[in-house]
Amino acid sequence: MERPGLLDRNSRNDEVGAAMVLLTRKIEFSASHRYHNPNLSAEENHRIFGKCNNPHGHGHNYTLEVTVAGEPDPVTGMVLDLKQLKDILEREVMQRMDHRHLNLEVPELAGQIPTCENIARVIWQLLEPKITQGKLHHVRLYESPDLFADCYRNGAGAR
Amino acid sequence: MSNGMSNDLKIELGRRYHFAASHRLHSAQLSDEENWRVFGKCNNPYGHGHNYTLEVSLSGDVDPATGMIANLADLDAFVEREVLAEFDHKSLNEDVPAFREKVPTTENLCIEIFERLKSFPKARLERIRIQETGNNSFEYSGEKPQGDAQ
Repeated sequence: MERPGLLDRNSRNDEVGAAMVLLTRKIEFSASHRYHNPNLSAEENHRIFGKCNNPHGHGHNYTLEVTVAGEPDPVTGMVLDLKQLKDILEREVMQRMDHRHLNLEVPELAGQIPTCENIARVIWQLLEPKITQGKLHHVRLYESPDLFADCYRNGAGAR
Repeated sequence: MSNGMSNDLKIELGRRYHFAASHRLHSAQLSDEENWRVFGKCNNPYGHGHNYTLEVSLSGDVDPATGMIANLADLDAFVEREVLAEFDHKSLNEDVPAFREKVPTTENLCIEIFERLKSFPKARLERIRIQETGNNSFEYSGEKPQGDAQ
């Protein structure tokens, strides 16, 4: 009989291999956004989104944690070169989103409400094809210390 | 509005709440000496307290009209009513009926809070995580069906 509900981290990724290691890199960026759905009335927008519907937008300091899974290379001992990951994050995330207006300046978010959920998924989709050493495992995007979204492959587990 | 949702990606919404409460770890099934041996200073008869951080993770479809798994205002109101109103600035032993019998460890607190929040109607409760102090935290994701490896 299993102990109910205890998270067994070791059992979560056994398909990847016994020596799989998770590596996480954190970056921070600042951006402005506005929650507004043009298909809804002004009243509905205000009711659903509250102060996030302010016409002139508002901003956050976002914190992004990107976790890559892989087996350490026998020669370098690395899952992937951190410098390489840093460059990918700089190119794909920082240059696109840092000090930008997410609704107006990030084409990948066009037509979407730039919530944590949607931004995390867009970041996943930007990063996944670029990470060729190891495998993108988990993206966590904090909008504030008390609000965040997690994105991961179904079945891989949130951590 | 398209959200480009791919079916094999899972999105969770995480929200943190804070509450302060006192407790005493003491089991009526143990002698005074055993209670002291098992719980140490947490058995102090007059109790002690913590600033707890409660992390709630929800999953579900991201509504293309709102970009949200669940509206935060709904979640905040639900957690306030089901948990914070009864736990914040309270004695867990004295003020929460579940802990008249059960020891209010953070493990048991996880289970109690999960049970209170799992009926949130707008999304699926994936797990909760409670930080008792900056140095220890506990997670619970509900009872798993037998044979589920996770």
